[in-house]
Amino acid sequence: MSAPLPKRIIKETERLQSEPVPGISAQPHDDNARYFDVIVEGPGGSCYEGGVFQLELFLPDDYPMCPPRIRFLTRIYHPNIDRLGRICLDVLKNNWSPALQIRTILLSIQALLGAPNPEDPLNEAVAKQWKENQPEAIKTAREWTELYAKKK
Amino acid sequence: MDSDDDFNSQVSSEDMDLDLNDADSSVDFGANDSDVDFDDEFQDEGAFDTQDKDMKQQKKAFEVDFKVYSPEDIQAQQDKQVAEVATLLEQPHEQTAILLRFARWNKERLIEQYMDNQEEVLEKAGLGQDIARDPPRIETVDGFVCDICCEDEPGLQSFAMKCGHRFCINCYRQYLGQKIREEGEAARIKCPGDGCNKIVDSKSLDLLVTSDLTDRYHELLMRTYVDDKDNLKWCPAPECVFAVECGVKKRDLSRIVPTVHCDCKHDFCFGCTLADHQPCPCSLVKKWLKKCEDDSETANWISANTKECPKCNSTIEKNGGCNHMTCRKCRNEFCWMCMGVWSEHGTSWYNCNRFEEKSGTDARDAQAKSRQSLERYLHYYNRYANHEQSARLDRDIYFKTEKKMTLLQNQSGLSWIEVQFLENASQALQQCRQTLKWTYAFAYYLARNNQTEIFEDNQKDLEMAVENLSEMFEKPVESLAGLKVEMMDKTSYCNRRRIILLDDTAKNLKDRKSRTESESGDEGMLTMTTENWEFNVELS
Repeated sequence: MSAPLPKRIIKETERLQSEPVPGISAQPHDDNARYFDVIVEGPGGSCYEGGVFQLELFLPDDYPMCPPRIRFLTRIYHPNIDRLGRICLDVLKNNWSPALQIRTILLSIQALLGAPNPEDPLNEAVAKQWKENQPEAIKTAREWTELYAKKK
Repeated sequence: MDSDDDFNSQVSSEDMDLDLNDADSSVDFGANDSDVDFDDEFQDEGAFDTQDKDMKQQKKAFEVDFKVYSPEDIQAQQDKQVAEVATLLEQPHEQTAILLRFARWNKERLIEQYMDNQEEVLEKAGLGQDIARDPPRIETVDGFVCDICCEDEPGLQSFAMKCGHRFCINCYRQYLGQKIREEGEAARIKCPGDGCNKIVDSKSLDLLVTSDLTDRYHELLMRTYVDDKDNLKWCPAPECVFAVECGVKKRDLSRIVPTVHCDCKHDFCFGCTLADHQPCPCSLVKKWLKKCEDDSETANWISANTKECPKCNSTIEKNGGCNHMTCRKCRNEFCWMCMGVWSEHGTSWYNCNRFEEKSGTDARDAQAKSRQSLERYLHYYNRYANHEQSARLDRDIYFKTEKKMTLLQNQSGLSWIEVQFLENASQALQQCRQTLKWTYAFAYYLARNNQTEIFEDNQKDLEMAVENLSEMFEKPVESLAGLKVEMMDKTSYCNRRRIILLDDTAKNLKDRKSRTESESGDEGMLTMTTENWEFNVELS
């Protein structure tokens, strides 16, 4: 990690601080500028509303040719997020473009919370519930948000 | 050599062909074996020459037409097609190439779709509405900031395709390098811009990347070309650069086993790209391999160590000394020794002396029946595995052959050309064992009828011939020179038996279809007298 930080990462970090996205914050570690503590607020009107979700974000050496690595640290009941917090999102995989940024990716994740996609599941059990009994699934998601994602 | 006498020479090709055609009606093909005519020239030439010639002159039922292409041939083929379509669509070469790759090289469909809706096709293929007629070039734009690396120094070189997403050439290069080297993409690399579907054409690519990447890129393009074409396949042999063209379609695979011979000497099946498995059709090969994978050893163990419950047929292992068995599943109580109901044992516990008891005999009969299917499988599997192993051993001998040949040259004064018969013999052994191996998998799935008997006769003849030759091969080196003529005879006999077996099987496989067709069509239109293969499973 002793290699100088690419201009791209410096600029992105600066902009994240100077023009923060509402409902999202990303703070790099002092000892590792490629590692970010991320907080995403559950979007209004969704079953995650009022929740504050912690994530970790890491920019690999190949960034921005490769997508950042992101994982939920807070437990969440969502068909596209598994028990380890890994996220199934196209822009984090095949549809990654080097022109995308940390801010755009975090916005996509927030949008994913607002629009779960049980047709492309990562967490089979949750997705099944989501398809078969949506009211029940939404209820569970609310309960989990209450249980794990409340500001301390 | 007693049984070989009938076969000391080659069937003339015409006769053979006539015989084969006759087999369509009611002539029993197996019976023709004994009265074949001989080709005079065979006696004068080496066995292999004659056979090679024969194979070229007359296409046998088990042979398919195919062509082997080098990478240069494939490139030329692509270029030719691009040129053709380019004139038709009035598009520049690069664009046409992208369009064709987009259409997975289906020329007709591309032209049709293009004529129907030019704009839509161009859009979908990532070419947008406007078609670049001027060549791509690297530019310096004032006030340009690269969105990827955030560099903005004056004089920064940048590149953009017609979509206008401009990035500095370093980032563009890195991006393309990542796609080509790490992700193995070529034909469908998109513009690095977010959500842009424009595909990077090879002219732009050549402009941007270094030569080592260009080579890899063109190799990948070639690979997608062959992968996209149904009638082309890469030879699966390691390090082989050739591709093979064959017209056999997927739906034909239940009627034909399309073995092709690559110029690298590897024989493989065009249908499934596994090593040659004639005469067994692909679907049976797949079933068989799967079965063997999970069955063979387990089946052996089951056969040796277990019995089935006379009532519910659960497989039971005896885990204690007592003969009083209670089935865990159905609670049936029986005697391990005689398989009879335990209650009939009366007071003679632990001492089974009621052999003639009816219930015991019935139970043993039922047991035998259920064992039969297992035994049947093992019968075929053991023979299959044996040929596989023998082929390996024969191959070891093959590697020693060269050494033997040198020895032979020194000891007997035979020239290198004169000891070629050893190599021929060894090759024949390999090929015949490969065939024999698969005849057993094939036979396992065959339902018994008259055809099966002919098949088994052919199988037996080939097997005997192979074992004869294999035995000779193990003779001490000093005596080999004296055995030359006999060995050549046996080699050619083996090859001939193999051809007969394959030809007969292949013909029957082909006829199967026409028979079902005539049955399902107008009744009485065609009644075939030949009995065809019947299988225990679906040939899908």
